Amino acid sequence: MANEVLTGAQAIVRSLELLGVTDIFGLPGGAILPTYDPLMDSTKIRHILVRHEQGAGHAAEGYASASGKLGVCIATSGPGATNLVTAIADAHMDSVPLLAITGQVNSTSIGTDAFQEADIVGITMPITKHSFLVTKAEDIPGVLASAVLIATTGRPGPVLVDIAKDAQNGKAEFVWPPRVDLPGYKPVTKPHGKQIQAAAQLIKEAKRPVLYVGGGIVRSRANLELLELAKIIGAPVVTTLMARGAFPDSDPQNLGMPGMHGTVPAVTALQRSDLLITLGARFDDRVTGQVKTFAVGAKVIHVDIDPAEIGKIRFADVPIVGDLKEVLTELNAELANDLKGTKPDIAEWWGFLNDLRTRYPLGYTEPEDGKLSPQFVISRIGELSGPEAIFAAGVGQHQMWSAQFIKYERPNSWLNSGGAGTMGYSVPAAMGAKVAQPERLVWAIDGDGCFQMTNQELATCTINNIPIKVAIINNSSLGMVRQWQTLFYNSRYSNTDLNTGTDTMMVPDFVKLAEAYGCLGIRVEKEEEVDAAIKLAMETNDRPVVIDFIVGRDAMVWPMVPAGLSNDAVQFARDERPVWEDGEEE
Amino acid sequence: MSQHVLSLLVEDRPGLLTRVAGLFARRGFNIESLAVGTTEVEGLSRITVVVSVDGLPLEQVTKQLNKLINVIKVVELEPETTVERDHMLIKVKTDAATRSQVLEAVTLFRARVIDVASDALIIEVTGETAKCQAFIKVLEPFGIKELVQSGVLAIGRGSKSITEKVLKQ
Repeated sequence: MANEVLTGAQAIVRSLELLGVTDIFGLPGGAILPTYDPLMDSTKIRHILVRHEQGAGHAAEGYASASGKLGVCIATSGPGATNLVTAIADAHMDSVPLLAITGQVNSTSIGTDAFQEADIVGITMPITKHSFLVTKAEDIPGVLASAVLIATTGRPGPVLVDIAKDAQNGKAEFVWPPRVDLPGYKPVTKPHGKQIQAAAQLIKEAKRPVLYVGGGIVRSRANLELLELAKIIGAPVVTTLMARGAFPDSDPQNLGMPGMHGTVPAVTALQRSDLLITLGARFDDRVTGQVKTFAVGAKVIHVDIDPAEIGKIRFADVPIVGDLKEVLTELNAELANDLKGTKPDIAEWWGFLNDLRTRYPLGYTEPEDGKLSPQFVISRIGELSGPEAIFAAGVGQHQMWSAQFIKYERPNSWLNSGGAGTMGYSVPAAMGAKVAQPERLVWAIDGDGCFQMTNQELATCTINNIPIKVAIINNSSLGMVRQWQTLFYNSRYSNTDLNTGTDTMMVPDFVKLAEAYGCLGIRVEKEEEVDAAIKLAMETNDRPVVIDFIVGRDAMVWPMVPAGLSNDAVQFARDERPVWEDGEEE
Repeated sequence: MSQHVLSLLVEDRPGLLTRVAGLFARRGFNIESLAVGTTEVEGLSRITVVVSVDGLPLEQVTKQLNKLINVIKVVELEPETTVERDHMLIKVKTDAATRSQVLEAVTLFRARVIDVASDALIIEVTGETAKCQAFIKVLEPFGIKELVQSGVLAIGRGSKSITEKVLKQ
């Protein structure tokens, strides 16, 4: 039987359907118009019309991060495509499987500075895992199948497919499955047996081991294998910003988050360790602080699916390239066989760490201006919502408090922009998460600065019945920048005042804004109103909810390792550093 | 600062050179020389890159290059098992008095004259970088009007073939 002849546009929709795509976030325009026509008839794909392409990109990211599936966004050429750039860069930094489809001007016009022409393949080259420019209809199925394969396998990441308008309008036989020819793409997933043995040996010998867990555990869905490893060896676990939820916070072995705003026990565990069992983490500068003084006494086992991460920042004594799920399965078997139910004796190490836990728990002081404490608000959101909820944060102080004060029990429950630090991530990411997981309660925990970057997607949420909850932690300023100005710029507040607080010009009034978007808007200024507002938000599912929590602007994120300094300089409150019993510190 | 010769077997795709060159630039590595061309296999090209590494391990470059989807194989060519050649075209000022001296240098360096004008010669020379540099030194006093050169071309000695090895896999 002869193959069906489809237009390129029809082939795009058909290919996406066959690749299992069910939801797309996008916004049409001239160069992608042909594709939007057959998209209208698809019964398998739900297209959600966003209000700004950046929203489509972050929504696709939130969709992917909440579900582990591929996120898909679509935009037109030129400015439509460039509006996706921030989200693509974000997905690249945080290894999010993302497919971005953009329309391009006719292939005959490429290079002529045509209307709405932008070289989006060129622009996104440094921030994509790969990209394609399609100029012929017959190439569409093969390119889309390749793009999805690349985005979702190995180390996941964003792939851009730029499709010229005449390729969408052209006709070709539709051949499925298409030929996927990627001779240069062979991600290694199975670890080397000798390296597994070498890792097991180091683990058995270690006196002060730490499981340094990164976002790779979440992307590899290896949380159960991690839990098993932790139980076999009894070592402490630290979960980076990208790995919150990869290991249950309720587990007594979890010391919390390491890094610039990590807990004193987690930061110190890495610093004083003699073996870092590094799992899908990349020694980010926000974790290591000054690299040359980071964990100087530690040997390193480094497991990553991306060989380029191994040895990039820190030498690995035992490098293991592979998929964490496979690596940990083999490592657990090796260790279980070697240890036969016994555990390495690390009682002294636990004694040291437990003492730190007692002396330096996470905490906060009440704001002096009598306003709500942001940490209290975020804690209550976490406690009332429970571990099955999804929390998507923006970037800044509220993000750090959300990472610190919400207890995460499962992977994919914590979504944030970790590597790129993209303000404006939260609302659209929460929207995408809610589309992927409609049964779950989804919170966007946002700042007043971040919220103003992407809140237009509340219109998308209201119209498409995507009832997310937005908690604005409103301190009327760019809080994290302000914190640095307080600490490092003599409290000179250059351009960080946003005037969104109740005792300011209050532009905009977030409650009125919420109402204008068809959301339920609630303002909370007193501690006794907090629980009732959160509960009302949780009960309201006929529209999105926005709660404007008016919080103290002088609250700061602690602990903190000042940028560029050694992790030994961790402060658990302003100018207060932990006291070391062994007198190593001054 | 150390120099390394990398040989890349790549898919011949639009934008490939931008991907490779861009990667070097954004990861902070300097390209000293670059030569690109098609190979004996249709659809495959070879890129020979001379890269200087300062402080950063070469391993980072090769690993990052390997991550490019259109790069099939990256090999570092070690000097002792590699044949390297530069190719240059040099336009030298000559007159009746100097022409015979220039021609003598051409013979000594086993170069070739490929164009003759009344006041200039174009000379073609091939060889290792050091030889070509020495030849330039000799010609300089006569006046070099123009010089163009290829990047370094390099290939492993013996019968082994990177392309064959890759295609077999």
